[in-house]
Amino acid sequence: MSRVGVVTFPGSLDDRDALRAVRLAGGEGVRLWHDDPDLYGVEAVILPGGFSYGDYLRCGAIARFAAVMDSIVKAAGDGMPVLGICNGFQILCEAHLLPGGLTRNQHLHFRNRDQWLKVESTDTAWTGGFQPEQQILVPIKSGEGCYVADAATLDELEAKGRVVARYVAGPKSTGNHNPNGSLRDIAGISNERGNVVGIMPHPEHAVEALTGPSVDGLGFFTGVLSHLGAAAEVPA
Amino acid sequence: MARVVVDVMLKPEILDPQGQAVANALPRLGVTGIGSVRIGKRIELDVDGDVDLDQIREIADKLLANPVIEDFTIRMEEPAEVAK
Repeated sequence: MSRVGVVTFPGSLDDRDALRAVRLAGGEGVRLWHDDPDLYGVEAVILPGGFSYGDYLRCGAIARFAAVMDSIVKAAGDGMPVLGICNGFQILCEAHLLPGGLTRNQHLHFRNRDQWLKVESTDTAWTGGFQPEQQILVPIKSGEGCYVADAATLDELEAKGRVVARYVAGPKSTGNHNPNGSLRDIAGISNERGNVVGIMPHPEHAVEALTGPSVDGLGFFTGVLSHLGAAAEVPA
Repeated sequence: MARVVVDVMLKPEILDPQGQAVANALPRLGVTGIGSVRIGKRIELDVDGDVDLDQIREIADKLLANPVIEDFTIRMEEPAEVAK
């Protein structure tokens, strides 16, 4: 069974939900601690949502310097799958594992709602289980989720297929489909290799019919487990 | 002891919705003629001994500001007199 680590920083909120999502997907969730550089042999890592270090200075700015992050940055460089959700996405940008940054929602309001996304890249370590252009429904809950980057970076992300998901209106919704003003409706991106993915909405909150608006989010977790399984089958 | 002030501002091309909200509130004070408001952070560092500006620049670049979205400026300042 593949072991997927979930880091707890001071102020993380969704670490338990992420562990549960890993378990429901059929993997073994492993708790990792911000102050411990040991990754305990996990094959993938999730940086969960929340408000690490109280969002002091900038969201994710201080978490980036946690002891565990040195190990994660190195492992990501060696190809280990890393998924940053919400605050985790902010940390990945602060750690320069992903380009651009996340700023205050354009309308200044915290947005908490179920959000339709279009999965645009199925080539990443986390999204291989989705159909191209598949629309999924997952919750978003953030105040600083507005993705920004300079035009050249945005162009490159689009040209290289590194926009993992975009905000869309969905089949029924009306009005403003973009919850925070993110440039080009970007909800999630990947690094060039596709092993590091950051996404603002919360797939780990859409894994069970009882509590989620759908079970669409489960695809990220089953996706990485399939990816790890497939990787293990490749002869060394 | 020397005081170093680091001012951090969003880059000009990054939208500052907080500044816009303040600008939109000004007419309620009866104030007109202010075209733009932008909000940043002022960070004061009290340094023991001599100031190593290269070190301050590194601190600002790596932690105090995110150069992807923010600019910073560094200046020396006399510490304010302690109130008697």
